[in-house]
Amino acid sequence: MAEALLELAGVHTHIGRYHIVQGADIAVPAGGLTMLLGRNGAGKTTTLRTIMGLWRASAGHVRFDGRDIAALATPDVARLGIAYVPESMGVFASLTVKENMVLAARDRALNDARLAWIFRLFPALERFWLLPAGALSGGQKQMLSIARALIEPRRLLLVDEPTKGLAPAIIDMLIEAFQELKRVRTTVLLVEQNFRVARALGDTVAVMDDGRIVHAGAMAALADDEALQQRLLGLSLASHQ
Amino acid sequence: MRVSLDRMGDLLPAALPVLLMLLALPLIGSPSAWVTLTAAGLAMGMMIFIMASGLTLIFGLMDVLNFGHGAFISIGAYVATLVLLPLAGWTQADALGWNLAALVPALLAAMAATGALGLVFERVVVRPVYGQHLKQILVTMGGLIVAEQLLAALWGPNQIALPLPAALRGSIVLGDAAIEKYRLIAVIVGLAVFVAMLAILNRTKLGLLIRAGVENGEMVEALGYRVRRLFVAVFAAGSALAGLGGVMWALYRESVTAGMGLEVMILVFIVVIVGGLGSVGGCFLGSVLVALLANYTGFLAPKLALGSNILLMVAILMWRPQGLYPVGKG
Ligand SMILES: Nc1ncnc2c1ncn2[C@@H]1O[C@H](COP(=O)(O)OP(=O)(O)OP(=O)(O)O)[C@@H](O)[C@H]1O
Ligand SMILES: [Mg+2]
Repeated sequence: MAEALLELAGVHTHIGRYHIVQGADIAVPAGGLTMLLGRNGAGKTTTLRTIMGLWRASAGHVRFDGRDIAALATPDVARLGIAYVPESMGVFASLTVKENMVLAARDRALNDARLAWIFRLFPALERFWLLPAGALSGGQKQMLSIARALIEPRRLLLVDEPTKGLAPAIIDMLIEAFQELKRVRTTVLLVEQNFRVARALGDTVAVMDDGRIVHAGAMAALADDEALQQRLLGLSLASHQ
Repeated sequence: MRVSLDRMGDLLPAALPVLLMLLALPLIGSPSAWVTLTAAGLAMGMMIFIMASGLTLIFGLMDVLNFGHGAFISIGAYVATLVLLPLAGWTQADALGWNLAALVPALLAAMAATGALGLVFERVVVRPVYGQHLKQILVTMGGLIVAEQLLAALWGPNQIALPLPAALRGSIVLGDAAIEKYRLIAVIVGLAVFVAMLAILNRTKLGLLIRAGVENGEMVEALGYRVRRLFVAVFAAGSALAGLGGVMWALYRESVTAGMGLEVMILVFIVVIVGGLGSVGGCFLGSVLVALLANYTGFLAPKLALGSNILLMVAILMWRPQGLYPVGKG
């Protein structure tokens, strides 16, 4: 297996007096797509927010390319090349699609070739380019949120439940987009509840429960082992198949 | 005008001032009185807008309730007297050129001083109480009171007369109606500030960041920008605008007092709330509404003048609990 680009070792996160992440160990191999699965409330979102520095880890290490980033401020984490697609999408509703993308490109001008590639993945964004992002549908907002993470080459993508609440056809479109990302060897840590998506995309998988990683390994192995799925994820996930 | 009219073509609030003007005409009866009152209302509205516009962005960006904003209004006015009073010969010469030669440096000095003090105030008073609303109210209120006392100690407790420059006095007569020149100037300056703010907010990267930050500061940080730094810049600019508004307000009243900032802060807060916290366009409309209403009721039913604005706020919040142009917090 390729060397880990991102590595969480014994990470704990407290929110107020609640102990949410309780010693998580996760390795995200470079160039692959790692799934982070787990029941509602397992601590997946909190884990991604901790990586981004939106919550501060109270113990443990978050290593990115060998460097401990647990104490960095969020903008500095982002500028290391880590892009974040939050569960709430974080689309700026009063800004146009274009303006959302301009901010995501940071100091650089929008790159035409890259934009053409993004429009091929998500044609709706081209159609609504100059419309306020608040006017987009839920699926289109999700596409915009992912597109923002792609507008410049980033080293790692953290994506939180992109298929939540979307119709199957839109989910298929997102699956195709992530497959394209895999072809160009983008490193991704993807949180999902939808097992069909996980099966289609994951190279490796980590399963979280109650703030701990309870299983880690190859996605294919988990996909083939229904008993293990049942034990780790229960019916809620398995029923998505 | 995407900022004011951004909520997908929601034009209804923008029509309110016009409705108010049309409604007032038959009540007032005399067209000339109506013109004078409307001009006074618009002028006052523009000055309130200048004072309030920074405050709404300060709140929108960092959720900071800054009662200390009123201090910059008073301080701006006092700093302007430091330039205008020694140059009384220039301001009282009946030549626009000489008047401006005194006025422009006075405005710049007031804005520079309040902008710089804004930076200090943000760091010393506001920063320690981020995210704690109750403490913010107490501490920034305290800052305002301390600033007022300092002004009174430095300049004495009496009000200082600040005569309008000679060329800005007098009225323009339109048929039966007279419009004070200074009111016209206030409207022009207010509109210029509004247009400039819209241009910055809609056409520059900095403006995009401010608007994005008002909606969802956390996401702006996750994209790699320091919202804190942005906020400090907005805080300083907002304080400088309060200083500018303070000078204009003082010239309007032709006097400067330490308490003037606190007095006008009530109206400033009303327009910020009415407009929708964080919305520059809403703040602009709110300012015009509040000032028009104050002038109309001041003429029709003087006893109701202050109460009318509270009523206006209640009515608008019952219609739109988040203000005229709510800013969607992501
Ligand atoms: N801001 C917060 N304050 C208090 N508790 C929180 C906060 N955010 C999350 N939690 C709690 O932390 C636990 C983990 O939440 P988290 O959002 O990380 O779970 P998740 O795995 O992403 O769940 P889901 O699949 O529903 O998104 C939950 O019990 C949640 O209630
Ligand atoms: Mg979650």
